[in-house]
This record gives sequence, structure tokens and C-alpha cells, in this order.
Amino acid sequence: MGTKKKTVYDDCISKGVSRRDFLKFCTTMGALLGLEASGVAQVVKALEKKSRLPIIWLHLQECTCCSESFIRTSHPILADLIFDQISLDYTETLMAPAGFQAEKSMHDTMQQYKGEYILMIEGSIPLENEAYCCIGGRSAKQILEEAAEGAKAIVAWGNCASSGCVQAAYPNPTKATPVHRVIKGKTVMNVQGCPPIAEVMAGIIVHLLTFNRIPQLDRLGRPKVFYSRRVHDTCYRRANFDAGLFVESFDDENAKRGYCLYKMGCKGPSTYNACGIIKWNEGTSFPIQSGHPCIGCSEDGFWDRTPFYKRQATINAFGVEATADEIGLALGVATTGALAAHAVATNIRKRRLINNESSEEEGTDH
Amino acid sequence: MRVRKENLKEVYVWEIPVRIFHWLNALCIVVLISTGFMIADPLAIIDATEATHSFGFGYIRLIHFIAGFVFFVNLIFRLYWSFAGNRFAKWNNFVLLKKEQWQELFEVIKVDILMLKTKPVESIGHNAVAATTYFVLFLISGLQVITGFALYAKMSQAAFPQLFTWIIPLLGGEFIVRDIHHCITWVFILFMLVHVYLVLYHDYIERRGETSAMIGGWKFVKEDIVEQLELKDEEMEKQKRARRRREKRRKIWRP
Repeated sequence: MGTKKKTVYDDCISKGVSRRDFLKFCTTMGALLGLEASGVAQVVKALEKKSRLPIIWLHLQECTCCSESFIRTSHPILADLIFDQISLDYTETLMAPAGFQAEKSMHDTMQQYKGEYILMIEGSIPLENEAYCCIGGRSAKQILEEAAEGAKAIVAWGNCASSGCVQAAYPNPTKATPVHRVIKGKTVMNVQGCPPIAEVMAGIIVHLLTFNRIPQLDRLGRPKVFYSRRVHDTCYRRANFDAGLFVESFDDENAKRGYCLYKMGCKGPSTYNACGIIKWNEGTSFPIQSGHPCIGCSEDGFWDRTPFYKRQATINAFGVEATADEIGLALGVATTGALAAHAVATNIRKRRLINNESSEEEGTDH
Repeated sequence: MRVRKENLKEVYVWEIPVRIFHWLNALCIVVLISTGFMIADPLAIIDATEATHSFGFGYIRLIHFIAGFVFFVNLIFRLYWSFAGNRFAKWNNFVLLKKEQWQELFEVIKVDILMLKTKPVESIGHNAVAATTYFVLFLISGLQVITGFALYAKMSQAAFPQLFTWIIPLLGGEFIVRDIHHCITWVFILFMLVHVYLVLYHDYIERRGETSAMIGGWKFVKEDIVEQLELKDEEMEKQKRARRRREKRRKIWRP
């Protein structure tokens, strides 16, 4: 170990980033995290004084879209922060070493920074048969459990690690399980989304670095800073919803006018994410803005809440897939039929029923 | 002129609070179902208006939410009345704890549904099958209230709806909560169909004023059934009095 660990700021300066740009970055991050103006100073201080965060970034059952999202953060410093300043000590996709060296690098980090490193996980863990996901001869579960042991904080990136995502969709053949169901007794931050927004991911890292503790989480383990509001409530098309102006099909006049996508199956009303505020790709757009309904990728089990393009509850019973309304209507018709049959039967028997009753009154039946 | 049923008595069965609850509940359910379906699948409006001056869908939702609150308060009131009301409104009508109630349940099923018997079960208040159905519906209403307020909580600044948000993580997100809320709507529709039919059926067969009882509160009941009940009440009253007397005596002799 060197005499003094390099700070994020040191790295920035040596990279030729001006102090002005550095401060701009800190301000952006402060704004994203919803800090007061004074809070920005804390971010600056943290990045100036604190040494780099050791990070172990695991890739389990996943598609790497979280990493892809992350490396496309809008702010240039952010990219540097990820690749250079924050030490990504182990990440299969981006690290230089391979094979035994890579494994050694992970073990070194785990021993050297025991209780200090941050464990970040992309992907779910197969429990049906652990062999479904093996790296370096060890199963995902083993790797995760070992890495979680000495971790200071655990971040589950994306829907895979937070709730299983597509591989956990019905019938979930590998029994893909999210991190918080495998690691017991430790708080897991679920940074939801498929993938999560890059700025959200960066915000989480800056928060950890600045305040040295995990941000406030909601009841599903998602950081409240970014996941406390519905996409619906932050949607710029919301006024159309309240007015009752809806897109009826993707190619109609209403779609052109940018009306609400609710009837096209938009899951915005039940999805908690920051898409409507931070947006994607340097704040360019987000699905609804480009005319596509939200599919609710930051919610648990969103793959099973299909169809994506209809707002209907589908029920998969008896091998037949039907919407709740179809089943309800069928039951309604069946009930009406049964009642009609009952009424007919009653009438056929009515004379007997009434005779029975009147004879009873006359006292002959008693 | 054909005349029958001379030996009938009029019994005051449904008190005013019960009747108000019933009709308010019916109104709420009708409003909630119709606005609910409009919310689930809004009407198609194809015109070139701007959203600025219109709040049409907002009002539909507002009506749904207000009706939801009324529905909930009404249910709570009925819960209170099941302790404060008369013998026909009491909670123990709805929860089958006694053996006779279970016997009545099977008897009613035999007569009304399986049509194995022709002699109607002439209970004064709810029969055991009806009471059980209402109890189940009460529980389902509770679930509908919980899921409804949980979904509503995010749109409200009020503290009250926040009390129900625990159901969301319990079920794993708002999608599923919304789906359950939607499916339960159909339970109410099916219930309504059967409920209205059976009221008409009982009126048709028994002719005791089943339908109008929910308006006027009085029902025609055979004298002997009323007398039996009155005798039973007297017996109970006597026993109570005797017990009180015994207690008094004990107090006097053993201070």
C-alpha cells in the first residue's frame, strides 16, 4: 500500500479535469440526490478527501444491460469515476485480468478490504440447480455468499438482482432468485429497472461515498430518492390522462397528438421510477416520450404482468389464458343461466310448493 | 276471492340504520363498479381538444374515490351496528357458531339450491346461507377497501390511505394489487346477480314481504314461529332474573 490513498479529486486533476468541471459534477450529483445547496459541499468534500471505494461487481444470471447503462452515463467525469476513480476491483466484463488472475484479484480485494468493500451484483441466482450459473468452477450462490460476507454494503443492480427479471418469469425454470432472498440478515439496496438509469446508479455510488451509509429505502428495498414517485405522476402526458384523452392505437391521430398511453397498456400508474424526471441517454427521452407505454421494468415480476400493450389483468388458470374481464363475463353468463334454470325449475314446482304451503296452513301436513 | 295466510304477524326486522346501510351500500357498489370499469378501460374520445381545459377522466376517478370512502365508512358503521343493533342485525347471525345455524345452512341448501325439499325454511332475519354469504362478502369488501386505498395512497396527501400501503410489498408491487382489485369487482357483480334473484325467489315462493322488508323494515312471519321465539325469550329472561336473584341472595348472606 502507498503512503496516501489517492482520492477521486486527485485522480480527476491528474486526468486534466478542471476544478470547475469537478464542481459541476458534484452539483449535478447533489441535485440528483435531492440535496440542499449545502449538501453539495459535502459531496465535494467527500470526493476531495475520501479515498477510492473498493468495489466488487458480480455478474450472475444477467445480460449486462446494467453495466451497459452505467458506462453510458451522461457526465464524462462519471465515466471516469466508474473506470478509474472508483476501483472496480473485480468485474468480469471490464477488468483487465482473466482466469486465475481475475479470481485472485477478487480474493485479494475481499481480504484486503474486508468490511470496507462494496458488493454490487448484476443478475439473479439460480436455486433450482446451482450449476446453471457457474463462474470459475463455483456456483453463483457460493460466489455471492462468499462476497457478501465481508461487504460493507450490498447493491443489487437492476431487476435481475432485485426481483429476478425475465429469467424468473413464469414458470421460472432455473428458479432465478433475487439477491435479497439469498442473502439474509444484510440490507440489500434494490436499484430497480431493466436497466436502472445510469444517473441513478451513479447517484447511489456518490451517496455511498459521500455519506458513508446507504440511502433511505422504501418497503421494497428501493432507494427513496429515485423510486418514491410513480412514473405516472411525473409523466408529462399526465394532463391528457386527467382529461380522458387517450391513444387508442399506435397509429391513430391521438398518438400523433401525444395523448396518454394508458389504454395502450402503460404501466406508469403502478411503476415507481425516475424516468419522467431524469430520463435516459443524457436526458434525451424516455419510453413514454417516444410514444411507447411504460412496461414497468422497475417493478417486481413485470414480465408476468402481461400483456404489455393492454391494461388487463390476465389469469392463467386451467391452461387457458384469459383476461379477468373475460372470465368475469363468462362467470356472469353462467350464473345468469343457472339462475334462469333455477327459476324455471321453481316454476315447474311452484304449484307443489304453494300447495304444500297452503296445506300446511290448513293443518293437514302437520 | 282467494284468501290465505290468516295467522301471520308483522315483525320489525330491519331497523332504519340497517336499511340505510343496505341502500347506501348498494348505491356505492353500483357507482364503484361503473366508475371502476370506466377507469379500467376509459371511453374513447377522438377529438382534437387540448388537455388544459378538461378534467373529465379526473372527475370519474374523483367519484370513484369519494364512493370508496363512503363505502368504507358505511362498512365500519355496519360493523358497529352488528354489536348495537337488534337481534337480526347482530354479529352472531353472520358467524355460524351454533349447531342450529349449521343445520339451517344445510336445510336451506337442500331447499333453495338442490331443490330436494319443498318446505321453505322460514327464518325471521337472514337465513344461514344468506348470512354466511354476507359475512364472506363483508371480508371481500374489506380486501377491496384495503387494495383500493393502497392504490390510492400515492395520490393522496392524507394520512389515512397510507395506513393501507403495507399490502403492496406484501403482495410484491402495485401491479398485482391492481389486478386483485380488478378481479374482486367481478365478485360483487356475481353477488349482485344472485342476491337480487334470491330476494325475488323468496318473495315469489314464501310471499312474506322479503323485498319490501328492506324498504319498510317489517316482515310477515307465521304466528307459531314468532310465538316460539317469544317463548324462548321469556325463558331466557326468567333464567336471567333467577340468576340475578341468586346473586343478590349470595351478597346478602356473605358480605
